[in-house]
Amino acid sequence: MNYIPHTELEKKEMLKAIGAASVDDLFKHIPKELRPKSFNIPEGKSEFEVAEYLKLLSRKNAICLTDFVGGGFYDHYIPAAVDALAGRSEFYTAYTPYQPECSQGWLQAIYEYQTVICELTGLDVSNASLYDGGTALYEAAMMAIRLTGRKKIIVDSGVSLIYRTMLYSYTSNLSIEFVETPVVHGQSCREDIYKHLDDKTAAVIVQNPNFFGAVDDFSDIVQRVHKCGALAIASVYPVSLGMLKNPGEMGIDIATGEGQSLGIPLSFGGPYLGFIAVKKEHMRQLPGRIVGATVDKDNKRGFVLTLQAREQHIRRERATSNICSNEALCALRALIYASLLGKSGFQELARLNYQKAEFAKTVLDKVSGVKVKRSAPTFNEFTVCLPKNADEVVCQMINKGFACGFPLGRFYKGLDNYLLVAVTEKRTKEEIMQFANSLEAVLCS
Amino acid sequence: MQLIFEKSRPGRRGFKLPEIDVPIVSGLAEKYCRKQPACLPEVSELDVVRHFSNLSRLNFSVDTNFYPLGSCTMKYNPKFTEKIASLEGFSDVHPLLPQLAGGGMLAQGSLEVLYNTERLLSEICGMSAFTTQPLAGAHGELTGVMLIAAYHKHNGQRRKHIIIPDSSHGTNPASAAIAGYNVVVIPTDNEGFLDMQAYKQALNQETAAVMLTCPDTLGLFNPKIKEIADLAHGVGALMYYDGANLNAILGKCRPGDIGFDVIHLNLHKTFATPHGGGGPGAGPVGVCEKLVEFLPISRVVRRSDGTFALDYHKHKSIGYIAPFYGNFGVILKAYAYILSLGKSGLIQASENAVLSANYCLARLKDHFAPAYGKRCMHECVLSAAKQLEQGVHALDIAKYLIDKGFHPPTIYFPLIVKEAMMIEPTETESKETLDAFIDCLIEAALLAKTNPEALHLAPLSMPVKRLDETRAAREPNLRWQSK
Repeated sequence: MNYIPHTELEKKEMLKAIGAASVDDLFKHIPKELRPKSFNIPEGKSEFEVAEYLKLLSRKNAICLTDFVGGGFYDHYIPAAVDALAGRSEFYTAYTPYQPECSQGWLQAIYEYQTVICELTGLDVSNASLYDGGTALYEAAMMAIRLTGRKKIIVDSGVSLIYRTMLYSYTSNLSIEFVETPVVHGQSCREDIYKHLDDKTAAVIVQNPNFFGAVDDFSDIVQRVHKCGALAIASVYPVSLGMLKNPGEMGIDIATGEGQSLGIPLSFGGPYLGFIAVKKEHMRQLPGRIVGATVDKDNKRGFVLTLQAREQHIRRERATSNICSNEALCALRALIYASLLGKSGFQELARLNYQKAEFAKTVLDKVSGVKVKRSAPTFNEFTVCLPKNADEVVCQMINKGFACGFPLGRFYKGLDNYLLVAVTEKRTKEEIMQFANSLEAVLCS
Repeated sequence: MQLIFEKSRPGRRGFKLPEIDVPIVSGLAEKYCRKQPACLPEVSELDVVRHFSNLSRLNFSVDTNFYPLGSCTMKYNPKFTEKIASLEGFSDVHPLLPQLAGGGMLAQGSLEVLYNTERLLSEICGMSAFTTQPLAGAHGELTGVMLIAAYHKHNGQRRKHIIIPDSSHGTNPASAAIAGYNVVVIPTDNEGFLDMQAYKQALNQETAAVMLTCPDTLGLFNPKIKEIADLAHGVGALMYYDGANLNAILGKCRPGDIGFDVIHLNLHKTFATPHGGGGPGAGPVGVCEKLVEFLPISRVVRRSDGTFALDYHKHKSIGYIAPFYGNFGVILKAYAYILSLGKSGLIQASENAVLSANYCLARLKDHFAPAYGKRCMHECVLSAAKQLEQGVHALDIAKYLIDKGFHPPTIYFPLIVKEAMMIEPTETESKETLDAFIDCLIEAALLAKTNPEALHLAPLSMPVKRLDETRAAREPNLRWQSK
C-alpha cells in the first residue's frame, strides 16, 4: 500500500502541464553515477499482514509481569479519556502552530500545559516542553552557564545516572567542569556541595526524590548557592509534586523533569516528555517553543508562539538551543491527565503512591534477610538490601511473575545486593503481599 | 474558548482513584511537604472531553485540511500504525526491562523492531549503521555533530568550524554551535546552489564537516553534490546530510552512495509518523563504516542464535544521548510504514511527491516568481515579491489561504528568498486537492492586483483574526493565573 491517489490518467495530465515526458524525466538531473548501488528492501505487504506480524512481535515482550520497576519511569494508570482525546487526529496530524489563526486549539492547549507545569513546580514560566527529562536537564545546565557566564557545575550523585551521563556526553567538547558530590545517608551531602561551591560555580544540580527514592528539602542548599551567585537546578518527579515541597518553595531557579508519569505510556523509553520551568527573570534564556496569550484585531483573546527571538529559526547559531520542535502530543496527554485528576485527585494520587510504598516497606522488611534502607524518607520508591546478589534475585523473581525492581549494581559498583523498588497506585495490597512472599521463597531456596 | 481552568468549579471531580487498601501510616514530615496544592482544574470527565474535543476542532490538520507546509512533509499518516503502537505488548514495556534478565530476553519483540528498522534505514540511505536514539531531527543533528567531533578527536585533530549554506534550516547552525563549533556560512549562487568559489575558499584543514540538505531547502538537487563531497573529503572533513528532504529521493539516490558520512532522518516526515502538533518526532542517525564505533550506547545487536541484545561496551562511543533507545513508539510506526510500502511503494512515494510539486510549480510559475529554475524536487519555492509591489506580503496570501480552508505553505523560509512561499504537496494529496489549492493561490495573486485590502483583512473565518504578536512578546502572558 502506498497511499498515493494519482491515477495513470491524472499522472499524464500532470506531466503534460509540467512539460515532462515521464516521471523519470523529473529525476534526470540526478547524475547516473549517483543512482543507488543497491536498494534491497522487501516488497510491500498488506495492512493485515504487517499488523499480524507486529502483533506477533509484541507478544515476544514480557508484559505480564507485575511491575515494581521505576528508576524515573513509572507504571501509572492512564485514564481512557487521555487516549481518546490525544488520539483525535485534529491534534496528532497537525504540526507546530506556525499559523496561529488555524491552530488555536493547539496553542491554547500548550498555554494550559504551561500553566499546569507552573502550578506543579511552583515556578513562574514553563516552555512548551522538551524531548525528555534528560535533555531538559542538559538545557537547564546550559541555561545556567549562559546566565552566570561561569563554567563549573556541581552535580549531586542522587541525580539519575542516566541523566548525568547524558549531560556529560552533550558537553564533552565544551570545557565545562563537572564536580560530583556524594549521597550520604540517602540524601545530598551538604558539606561536600559547600566545599566545591565557589564564585566559578554556575549551578548546583539536585534531584527530588533522588535516584534512590529519597526525599529532600533543598532550601538550605539553595540559599548557599544563591549567596555564591550560582543557580539551583532541580530535576523532579511530577507525581510526587502532589505532596512534596515544590521547587518554587525551595527557591530553585530552574526545575526540569520527566513527564512520562503524567498519562504517557512507558513504551520502551519513548516518546516521553521533558518539562522545564524557571523564575520569571530567566525566561528569555529558556530553550524551545513558548506560547503566550495576546489579542486579535477585535481585542479577542488568542494565543501565539512567542519570545521567538531566542530560537534557531531566527537566531541560527546564536540561538538559546537547537531545538525546533517540542513533544506537543505528550504535553497534551499530561495536560489532559492533570485536568482529569484535578486539584484533589492529584493530591490523592500522591498520597496513594506514598502509602502503598510505605506498606511495601513494612512488608518487605519482614522478609528474612531483607533490609529496607530507612536513612531518609521516601515517596514511592525505595532501596532494599538483599542477602545476596540482586541481579540473581531479580531473575528468579521473574519466574514468579514479578519485575521486582531495578538491581542497583547495574549502575553502581558496590551496590550488587541492592534493589530499587517502586510502588505506584496500580499495585494492590495483594500484589505487594505476594511480592514479599515470593521474595521470601526465592531467598530461602 | 474558555480555558480549562476557567471551567473549574470547586469540588467537581473528573476521575476516581482506587480506594486505599493498605493500612494508613503517618505522612512525611511537614518540611518535605508542599504548603498549597497545585491549582489544577476541578472539572468532570465530560467537561474535559468536551473541552479538548472542541479545542481539537480549532486546528487545521492533515486529516482535515491540505497542509502543504514546505520542508515538513505533511503526508498522510496511516491509521493502522497508530493501532500497532498502542498494542499493550509494545506500549506497556518498561525501558529498564532489558536490564533485568538475560540481556534483553524480556523485550525481544521491541529489540527486534529496533534492529530491523536500523537495518532498513541503512539500506534505504546507503549507510553502514543507524542509531534510532535521537528524539527529533534537530536532536539527530546534534548527535551527528557530536559523532563528527568524536571522530576528529580520535584522529588527534581539533577542527574548528562547520560549513553550512545560507539556505539551510536554522537548526543546522544552531546544532553545530551548541556542539562547540564555529559556523562558516556559504552563500547561494544565482542558480540556487552552493557558491562553489566561496565554498572552496572556506574549506581547509580546520573544517570539521560540511552540513547540507539534499535536495536543498530550495527544492533543488545540486548536480555538483559529488564534487562538493569529494572536496570536503580531500581536506579530511566529513559530509553531514540533513535528511529533512529525503522524501524526494527514495530509491533514486542514496546519501551514502553520494559520499555523506553522517545523516539524520526525520521519521515524522519521510516515514509518515504523525507530527503530533510539534512532536514527538524521531531523528535516527546513520553513519558510514568509519564512524560506527562512535555511535551512542546502547547498540542493539543480534546474537548468533538469532536473539537480540543491547551492547553497552563501546569505549569509543559518544555515550548516552537519550535515556534509552529513542522514541520507540514513533520508530515502530515508521517500521510498519516501511513494511507496508516496501521497495516499490517507497520509490513511488518519491516519484509522486516530485510529480505533485512540479505540477504546483508549473501551474503557479506565471503568477508567483519561482525562486530558482523551472523544475524542482519534492517542494517548490515561490516568491511573492511581485505581489509586494501592490503592498501584499506572503503573510497576507497565507492568511487568505486559511480562509479558504488550506494550511499555508511555509513562508519566509528559506531566508534568502524574498517573500518566500515554500510548497510541499507530498505524494498523498489528490490532483483535485492540488488544483483547488493552486486555483486559490492564483485567485490571491489576482486579488493582490485588484483588491489587496481583501488579503490584508484575512483571515475572517477563523476563531480569531490576526493576532498581536508584538504585544505577546512585549508583555509576556505565558500562563493562566486565578484572579
